[in-house]
Amino acid sequence: MEINALYYLIPAMFMFACGVYGFITRRNMIAMLISLELMLNGVDMNFVVFNRFLYPGQLEGMFFTLFAIAIAAAETALAIAIVVNVYRANNDIDVRDINKLKF
Amino acid sequence: METSAILILAIPLLMFLFLGLAGKYLPHKWAGILGTAGMGVTMILAYTVAFTYFFSGAPEFISATGDRLQHVVFNQEWLNFYDKLTINIGFLLDPISAMMLVVITTISFMVHLYSNGYMRDHHGVWETGFQRFYAFLSLFSFSMLGLVVATNIFQMYIFWELVGASSYLLIGFYYTKPSAVAASKKAFIVTRFADLGFLVGILLLSFNTGFFSFTEMTSVPVEGVADTYQINLGTAEGIKNIFANSAASTFMGASVLTWALVLIFMGGMGKSAMMPLHIWLPDAMEGPTPVSALIHAATMVVAGVFLVARLFPLYVLNEAALDIVTVVGAVTALYAAMVACAQIDIKRVLAFSTISQIAFMMVSLGVTRLGHETALGHEVHEGLGYMASMFHLFTHAMFKALLFLGAGALIHAIGSNDYTAMHGLRKYMPVTHITFLVGCLAIAGIIPFAGFFSKDEILTACFGHSAVWAIWMTLVAGLTAFYMFRLYFLIFWWKEHKTPEGHHAPHDQPWTMTLPLIILAVISCVAGFVPFGKLVTWNGHEIAGSNLANLNWNVAAISLVVAVCGILVAMKMYKKENPLPEKMRNALPNLWDWCHHRFYWDELYQFITHKIIFGCICKPIAWFDRHIIDGTMDAFASITNKASYAIRGLQSGNVHMYVWIYLVGAILLAAISMIVIL
Repeated sequence: MEINALYYLIPAMFMFACGVYGFITRRNMIAMLISLELMLNGVDMNFVVFNRFLYPGQLEGMFFTLFAIAIAAAETALAIAIVVNVYRANNDIDVRDINKLKF
Repeated sequence: METSAILILAIPLLMFLFLGLAGKYLPHKWAGILGTAGMGVTMILAYTVAFTYFFSGAPEFISATGDRLQHVVFNQEWLNFYDKLTINIGFLLDPISAMMLVVITTISFMVHLYSNGYMRDHHGVWETGFQRFYAFLSLFSFSMLGLVVATNIFQMYIFWELVGASSYLLIGFYYTKPSAVAASKKAFIVTRFADLGFLVGILLLSFNTGFFSFTEMTSVPVEGVADTYQINLGTAEGIKNIFANSAASTFMGASVLTWALVLIFMGGMGKSAMMPLHIWLPDAMEGPTPVSALIHAATMVVAGVFLVARLFPLYVLNEAALDIVTVVGAVTALYAAMVACAQIDIKRVLAFSTISQIAFMMVSLGVTRLGHETALGHEVHEGLGYMASMFHLFTHAMFKALLFLGAGALIHAIGSNDYTAMHGLRKYMPVTHITFLVGCLAIAGIIPFAGFFSKDEILTACFGHSAVWAIWMTLVAGLTAFYMFRLYFLIFWWKEHKTPEGHHAPHDQPWTMTLPLIILAVISCVAGFVPFGKLVTWNGHEIAGSNLANLNWNVAAISLVVAVCGILVAMKMYKKENPLPEKMRNALPNLWDWCHHRFYWDELYQFITHKIIFGCICKPIAWFDRHIIDGTMDAFASITNKASYAIRGLQSGNVHMYVWIYLVGAILLAAISMIVIL
């Protein structure tokens, strides 16, 4: 059985769609953050797959993915810090309560 | 000589800087003493310079033939724009500048001394800003000295503006008083407006001739003596020829030279308060009285006369310009004398009297022509009017400063400017009374006081030129005697003085105030005997006149009779309380009203500026600015503002809503681009 790119791309798209769904439906900020990571990982997978299948001699996609993972880690740390602070202020982490900066 | 010349300018300037910067850390008393001492040193130096000039007989001051010369003591390049436009600051010594040095430093010293007493109340409490007052006085003295010794017309213009600025500062000395603030603004704006004419005149003159320096315009260098010049009509004629040969030799019927001279005279009209630019001077009396004596009677206001005298060789070749000077002067003299008869504020009377006397000087310059003339059977010496004008400038400075300082003493004692609060003060203030009487006699022209000699020379010069102006000016001289003695009798006689309840009886002031009065009174008695014809003439050439032996007795008799008549009428009307003045006032109510309201000149200016200029020009412009220009900008702002308000609801703060919008937008964009591509 020939393993082609679709075998990788379909799970990646599934991960991304799950992420979008979770991001829209969840109220809990941690859950939203997890959904966000899911989306990012789906995209990362796309990079790696296209790099592997279209330009096998080159490494740009790989490195882009490595960067994305590193930055996602930093972004997660930041987001968690925000969540902690929001929890201290509001005593919950429901995203609907964070609307104090609107107009 | 050069050191003294520099010090004469430097001491007042340094005194201004020192008192202005460090004054508030000094005790009041020391600021006054320092300022007075500085001015005293300047006065001694100026006397030395003037006496050296007039009496040393050195070759740079007097030629072999006995003509007085112009000597440039120093002439430092100041601004060098390019080779044809260089502005110098220098020190020109000639008869009129030497005379002005004496006048300015004498009066200024007297005023410095007097202010030590005047600028504090009866309990010896100093006025607020006493040190600032002395700083400004020093600034004024510096500016005025720089003006009279100017070697070029641009230096004169610079110092001309500086005296204007210091006058502004001193009129507005009581800056918490709205009337003083308004008066200082008025003085500054009116004289600035006149100086516009002066500047255009300077530009016309120097653009066509290429000269700034007075010595280049009117004199030739004297051979063998460095930096020395002699007034020469040939040079002035050369300038006239430059204008006659230039492309635009006439403009609106008058030659360009006439225009230049008339415009320069306009600057003089503003500074010397000639009609119709006189309106600032009566209001300038809001300043402290010593300031009125120094600036608005004796020195600054004669700068216009000095300006015409400085450029006299050019004026004398230009009949039209001289005629304008004569007419303006004569009309102003009569107008101011009439107004002075109907004023209640004693400083206003003196202010209008000043305007009238300066107009005398202007007329005297205006009627001077070269060539021999006769007046009532006597020969008139060439250039007599010029000499008479300078002579009157000198004597007037002395007796008018005396009168103002006397008025200051009265105001200080009574606490009011109106003669209605005074009456019958002769027993209470004997020193002020006698000195004021001397001043009045001098200004009325009673022999042997100073004013008699100078006014007589002016009338002789008028008779030599035209009988009409001569009779006119003689009448004004009679009016002068009348209004001055009206003032004198109303202050010192009329009825017994009644001291208001709870006040001390008025008394003479401390010695710092009476001493200047006495000194000036003595000068007013003897100044007439100064042989001015030998000292100050238009071309340095000695002329006879101005002493008893050379008096034109026909003219002198007429002017004496007229003056005595004026005094007698005033005595009849005002010596004892009587209903005569009231009756006359009721007989001619319109005349009284017009004189009392200064012929409604202020109202006329008010009408022109507020109704016509502000109402018809400024208001539409302001409307355009406010509604069209500002309106456009406001419309942009308000559109942005309204649009922002309308769409701000989109910023709901609901994260899921943003995500939905983003998602739908992304899907829509993807769909659209797919449709476009496929």
